[in-house]
Amino acid sequence: MPKRKVQRQDAVPKSEPQREAEQAAPAEVPANEAVQAAQAEVPANEAVQAAQAEVPASKEAVQAEEGAAKQPEAPAEPLDPEALLEVRHLKKYFPAQKNFFGKPKTWLRAVDDVSFKIKTGTTLGIVGESGCGKTTLGRTILRLQPATGGEVYFDGKDINKLKNAEMNALRPQMQIIFQDPYSSLSPRMPVGEIIGEAVAQHKLVPRSDLKNYVLDIMRRCGLPYHYYERYPHEFSGGQRQRICIATALALQPRFVVCDEPVSALDVSIQAQIINLLKDMQDSMHLTYIFISHDLSVVEHISDRVGVMYLGSLVEYADTDEIFRNPMHPYTEALFSAVPVPDPDAHSHRIILSGDIPSPVNAPSGCKFHTRCNRCMEICSQVAPKFKDYGNGHMVACHLYSQE
Amino acid sequence: MLFKNKKTTSSDGAQPAKTKAPIADAHYLSVRESRAIAKSNARVIRALEKRKKRTHVSESEYLCEMQDPNNIVEFDDLRTYFFTDAGVSKAVDGVTFSIPRGATVGVVGESGCGKSVTSLSLMQLVQAPQGQIVGGSIRFNMGNKAYDIAKMPISEMRKIRGKQIAMIFQEPMTSLNPVFRIGYQLDEMVLLHTPGCTKEQAKARSLQMLELVGIAAPERVYRCYPHELSGGMRQRVMIAIALSCDPRLIIADEPTTALDVTIQAQVLDLLREIKGKIDGSIMLITHDLGVIAEMADYVVVMYAGRVIESGTTAEIFHNPLHPYTVGLQKSKPVVNRKVERLYNIPGQVPNPIDMPDYCYFKDRCTRCTARCEGEYPHFIQVSPTHRVACYLYAGEDGKGGPDA
Ligand SMILES: Nc1ncnc2c1ncn2[C@@H]1O[C@H](COP(=O)(O)OP(=O)(O)OP(=O)(O)O)[C@@H](O)[C@H]1O
Ligand SMILES: Nc1ncnc2c1ncn2[C@@H]1O[C@H](COP(=O)(O)OP(=O)(O)O)[C@@H](O)[C@H]1O
Ligand code: SF4
Ligand code: SF4
Ligand SMILES: [Mg+2]
Ligand SMILES: [Mg+2]
Repeated sequence: MPKRKVQRQDAVPKSEPQREAEQAAPAEVPANEAVQAAQAEVPANEAVQAAQAEVPASKEAVQAEEGAAKQPEAPAEPLDPEALLEVRHLKKYFPAQKNFFGKPKTWLRAVDDVSFKIKTGTTLGIVGESGCGKTTLGRTILRLQPATGGEVYFDGKDINKLKNAEMNALRPQMQIIFQDPYSSLSPRMPVGEIIGEAVAQHKLVPRSDLKNYVLDIMRRCGLPYHYYERYPHEFSGGQRQRICIATALALQPRFVVCDEPVSALDVSIQAQIINLLKDMQDSMHLTYIFISHDLSVVEHISDRVGVMYLGSLVEYADTDEIFRNPMHPYTEALFSAVPVPDPDAHSHRIILSGDIPSPVNAPSGCKFHTRCNRCMEICSQVAPKFKDYGNGHMVACHLYSQE
Repeated sequence: MLFKNKKTTSSDGAQPAKTKAPIADAHYLSVRESRAIAKSNARVIRALEKRKKRTHVSESEYLCEMQDPNNIVEFDDLRTYFFTDAGVSKAVDGVTFSIPRGATVGVVGESGCGKSVTSLSLMQLVQAPQGQIVGGSIRFNMGNKAYDIAKMPISEMRKIRGKQIAMIFQEPMTSLNPVFRIGYQLDEMVLLHTPGCTKEQAKARSLQMLELVGIAAPERVYRCYPHELSGGMRQRVMIAIALSCDPRLIIADEPTTALDVTIQAQVLDLLREIKGKIDGSIMLITHDLGVIAEMADYVVVMYAGRVIESGTTAEIFHNPLHPYTVGLQKSKPVVNRKVERLYNIPGQVPNPIDMPDYCYFKDRCTRCTARCEGEYPHFIQVSPTHRVACYLYAGEDGKGGPDA
């Protein structure tokens, strides 16, 4: 009987990363991933992947180690001095199927050749259907998991080539806020300690000033100071998200990835959190990547917007420009699908047929051709170039000149 | 009224502890207090459960008259409470609205305001034993007669569930059985509710339903297990199961919340198309005002277990009256409508265990006046279809017509 019970427990589906993390560090998996990112010597995921010798990502990691021993090489093309973050040809593949020897036979291309740059103090919005690689993109940029290829330049340095110690020193400057405010906070620590933990770790302020420092950041994030001694379970979703934001911002980051930070919240709470994020951006001069599947939220908060489909950017432009003049058929369909809270608005809706294909064997040519209502013969054969059609409006589609 | 009796008799034993120290925060209850609450809860629950579980109840006990024969459902002062160890949580506390024949009624409100509990009460599926309908009625139009679902015993309710009222949930995986093939689950539903139906007839009907919901290869999907389908496909199957017995009413509880916008557009399109084909009404629960605007004929806005405003979709969107409805609309960003800063409703929803005796929205309301100190506001009828519970629109006596 007891044996059965154990089996049943195992049968409970666990997410892949969760399982990985458990195998790597059975005893000590800090619930707060933001803290973990900031303090852990090697993030749990990375440790596991490095242990699986076949994964090319780990080879990359090894190369990165070696490369880091020398001076990081200067990039081929000069960097934009106004951009805090520049991503070039970033790739992240996961092994999808293993052959008899445990070597991967096919790859899941979660992020496939993504390039963009973000100016200091601005927000890049990333939109797309679930599974298109938004979260993976955010995590790979922060090196919470090693990239399969490509470069991420933060403040002029390619972070994939940094040594672990150097990377750890850089961690406080790059933070992430997650979608689920329930699972990302440690239940056994009072709020003050959660927020202060990583601050103490990185010795950002003298020990004697720590409490005042934490109280100050709490006040700025709209958390009354008597919350200091209370535990996360006593708070609502919106308040927990404030705690997560305070935890991330306490480290005085320059760059924050917000991965669907309001998707789990009610409309009225969403507005509070969005306003808070905007206020903090103004006062701390932060640079954001804001990931969401809610287009109205992305339009509100972003300066530039990137639309992702099956691991690649298909369109990338200034917010006003992309909403006024969406060029890619997928962007058009995505925008037209948003229900408008006005009973008289009779929008012409483009209904996409079918579901998003599996990223394991993405369609040939243009990855969108299986669902595109304007698909041409060439689309299934040749992948369109991701080209600038003026004012930094980038599109990958054969409808527009490929010259 | 059964509950009220119980409450008065139990109040001398269990209530004093509560009245001495009113619960400000559900987390801070002494052991003695919560034990006393548990004891009085158990007594109430036992009586209510016994009543529901009776067999051989004569029909006359739950037979009733519709106020308007054109309505499919009339909720009348419905009260559904949860008897928890922290106290009685009034999840639905006096909800009144009706669903006209052939119409789509949208129910909106923040998480926890009682939308799902209202719909579960209609199905008698509220989580028992702690969740109980304690008052009011739910009149359901059966065509030639009407039943009060709030008073029906479980045995009778089974005949209505699925056959007359069908439900589509947010997460289709929770209602599809993972170990049976789609075809089996569809056939099962048809066989259960169609007396004298053969296996072949059931299968034919199932395939026809799968085709109706726009599944391209019904024969293949018929043989699939639920996990082999994508989220959008599963939701289509759920809709097919719901439609298989020609229900008079379909309850759709957040049918598209778990889906991507592009898939949501497909499913909403399907629901709209189907409504034209069947002769039924839809109760659509969602927190997305966009979905409501697009789908509903009438809108019911709920707040903290009560209806605070209801009207036609045009009335609610073009002339929202209640400060909460206005705030809700202002706090949602809209594509192609730029605002510098989003409006946010200050404060939080009151604790359902310890509701105030004045307007529940008062502590968050920016338009509150001296009159709002009074009892919870009555409904003000501002048009034949539009009503609102707010003192801003009340006459001198707190009832009368609009003067604002
Ligand atoms: N089984 C239960 N036991 C105790 N309380 C419950 C139970 N189910 C619901 N409640 C309470 O009833 C109230 C209304 O819940 P309900 O599920 O109807 O909300 P809702 O409006 O559907 O919200 P959402 O948008 O999150 O689905 C909430 O305060 C909730 O905590
Ligand atoms: N650790 C992992 N192992 C294997 N596959 C993964 C892992 N993380 C993500 N994926 C896959 O990568 C793709 C992109 O996922 P994700 O970035 O989470 O999408 P999004 O955030 O856009 O919903 C999905 O197909 C997902 O299943
Ligand atoms: S390249 Fe062809 S298939 Fe792809 S989006 Fe453009 S028109 Fe459609
Ligand atoms: S009754 Fe008063 S407090 Fe309540 S919503 Fe109306 S104005 Fe605000
Ligand atoms: Mg994600
Ligand atoms: Mg609900």
